Amino acid sequence: MNYISVLNNQTIPFSAIPEINYTLFLELNTGFVVNHSERHCVNYFGFPFGDKLKLICCIADDFSHEIFVSSSLVNPSDNLPSFTAINYCFEKFEREINENFGLNYLDHPWLKPVRYANNRFDKSKIIANYPFFSIESEELHEVAVGPIHAGIIEPGHFRFICNGEQILHLEIQLGYQHRGIETLFLEKKKLLERATIAENITGDTVVGHTTAFSHLYESLSGFEASRDIEYARTLALELERMAIHTGDLSAVCADVAYQLGNAVFGRLRTPIINFMQEWGGNRLSKGLIRPLRNQFPFTKALAVRLKEVLDAYEPDFTEMNTELFKLPSALSRFERTGIISYNDILSIGSVGMAARASGLNRDIRTSHPYSLYAEIKHEPIIKHHGDVYSRVQIRKEEVWQSIKYIRHLIENVPEYSPKETTLKTLQPDSFAISLVEGWRGEICHCAITDAKGELMLYKVKDPSFHNWLALALAVRNNEISDFPICNKSFNLSYTGHDL
Amino acid sequence: MLSLILIVLASIFFTGIIIRTKSIASGRKGPGILQPIKDVIRLFKKGAVYSNTTSFVFQIAPTIYFASVVMAMLMVPFGQSKGLISFNGDFIFFAYVLALGKFFSIIGAMDTGSSFEGMGASREALYSMFAEPAFFVLMGSFALLTGHTSFQEIFSTLHIGSYLSYALATLATFVLVMLAMIENSRMPIDDPKTHLELTMIHEVMILDNCGFDLGLILSAGYIKFAIYGALIINLFIGMVPYEYAIAAFFVIQILMAISIGLIESFIARFRMSHNTQFIFTLTSVSLLIFFGVLMILGKIV
Repeated sequence: MNYISVLNNQTIPFSAIPEINYTLFLELNTGFVVNHSERHCVNYFGFPFGDKLKLICCIADDFSHEIFVSSSLVNPSDNLPSFTAINYCFEKFEREINENFGLNYLDHPWLKPVRYANNRFDKSKIIANYPFFSIESEELHEVAVGPIHAGIIEPGHFRFICNGEQILHLEIQLGYQHRGIETLFLEKKKLLERATIAENITGDTVVGHTTAFSHLYESLSGFEASRDIEYARTLALELERMAIHTGDLSAVCADVAYQLGNAVFGRLRTPIINFMQEWGGNRLSKGLIRPLRNQFPFTKALAVRLKEVLDAYEPDFTEMNTELFKLPSALSRFERTGIISYNDILSIGSVGMAARASGLNRDIRTSHPYSLYAEIKHEPIIKHHGDVYSRVQIRKEEVWQSIKYIRHLIENVPEYSPKETTLKTLQPDSFAISLVEGWRGEICHCAITDAKGELMLYKVKDPSFHNWLALALAVRNNEISDFPICNKSFNLSYTGHDL
Repeated sequence: MLSLILIVLASIFFTGIIIRTKSIASGRKGPGILQPIKDVIRLFKKGAVYSNTTSFVFQIAPTIYFASVVMAMLMVPFGQSKGLISFNGDFIFFAYVLALGKFFSIIGAMDTGSSFEGMGASREALYSMFAEPAFFVLMGSFALLTGHTSFQEIFSTLHIGSYLSYALATLATFVLVMLAMIENSRMPIDDPKTHLELTMIHEVMILDNCGFDLGLILSAGYIKFAIYGALIINLFIGMVPYEYAIAAFFVIQILMAISIGLIESFIARFRMSHNTQFIFTLTSVSLLIFFGVLMILGKIV
């Protein structure tokens, strides 16, 4: 076998990952994804291994629920053929490897820096001297937006090349939010410190990232989480999805200047996050999810409160959506705006909500179930037009779906089973991978431990990593004044990308 | 003189009422009605900061813009009472003195060299260009109907008697309200509340203005709104006694502000490419008025 097949949250000995030569490695992994819409690359990264560079590629198969892991050892000074030349979904992973280790690809279409990581290979490359893509023409003009924006959004630079009001090309350059998350995971040894880092990867997916971290940590330490722990995680994930989707609907309404929608959805988000405060003491769910323990057990009293919150929320949410989706002026802004086709989504390996809005069924909750999702029997919501309208509709329907799941879950609150939570050591020389479907899409955390059971490598991949390219493609040939609404319909994370 | 006082009074509360209406419609309490004026007073107390890339054009633009709006205000009559400036063909002067102010605000925005402001300026220029025929066809029709060419004479001799003239007045009100929305960059053409530079029209042009200059631009905007309100009222008050006319003036101004607030609360902004189409339909409504006038005069059957 050229690869090893693992399941979500499974730990395997590091030596069990077959190491093959690069040509075979390339053929194997590109072969997995070409003409297989059910497979995509969840993570592909390199790390120094002696004086060489070890490449590890993880391909998820949605039908068989497996993840195929393979590896190859290469010389950092080598000139190699790229995966990207065969399939675009490896594009950003290869750019990251090139940026961090200087591995040169012969036929990569665009080795653009990803995030100017502090430990990058070529320190002379800085954001300030990045040569942006440009087109020579009398008629075209460039619009540079950011990294400092109006309003309260994060920093990122957007370079539009426009023909009048029409966007021909958008280049997105990120990296302003780089904090060295992956290195911090190795430097900070305490579990509390690491959990705090995990919940700060991106502020809007606190539950998603802490759940992925917790699963990974528990898998590596051989801890079997009890039902009440997984119950709390599932509930928190769905509540986070509801809260953020509602907030996004509000923001989408604000971007088309529909004041009523903006105000009503904004108000509806509040009781949900206030409930998180009641439950875990923080409106953004910080501190709620921790490895090895049920930090804030979900009690029957909380279930009664949550039911009240949902009973008040649901009719208003439904009514506001009815209003929004029959308002001609709003629909004319949503429909046929920011279209990204199924083929584009598939070829760039997009994940999560954005992929589902273009008709690609990609949802970790069904393909690689974790926590209680195996028993929920989740059915992903799929839309087919790939426009802003589809992405807004997905949000609406996923909120209804989350309400349904939560109502079902709170009928049977499991007993809190306090466990002896002695800190466990991690298994030495192991590799583990954890996938979680956050509200935005698939979150992937990978870890490798050394001979002493210390973390040797920690890799984080937020769904935004894939999806920023989807945004850049979606806005082509749209009016530049429709960029904000396209951007908001994806609502991607800067920190999750920059790490 | 009377119209000058009334317009200044109306401009003090007009924008405040719009903002308050929007707040109440979205379930918030909202700021006081005089808040926009308080903001302007605060801005007038400040100095201005100029970017190094700008020239003197950027510095004189807000003053010329403000002056042009004040000049236009002086020409608006009130019933039989003339504006301070009144002569034959003054409505053409009115339109072009406003255009002069707009021209300076456009080149002032271009002067900053910012790609946003250039974009806003090009949009503003395009929309003004499309809005212009609507105004002239409208005023030209009334000039033809009454046989006069100054605001005061046109409005004081405009008798609303027949059903046809009611229809004409209604259409003219619609055109003037919509022109006011376009000229003042309100919904559904432009969203004055947005923070998104890429979708702005007027707001993006004044991104670099601050302090005293911004105060001038904002207050000119408030006055402009009241000017259009006054024009609409003039369609109806012709020979009405002053005490009723003044009451009607305020009632109509307040109603107009409230309806703008409601429109802005319950619909989304147009897609940018639909704006030009929308603005151009105003010209066709003006043409309807023109044909109506021709029918009244018996030039066509």
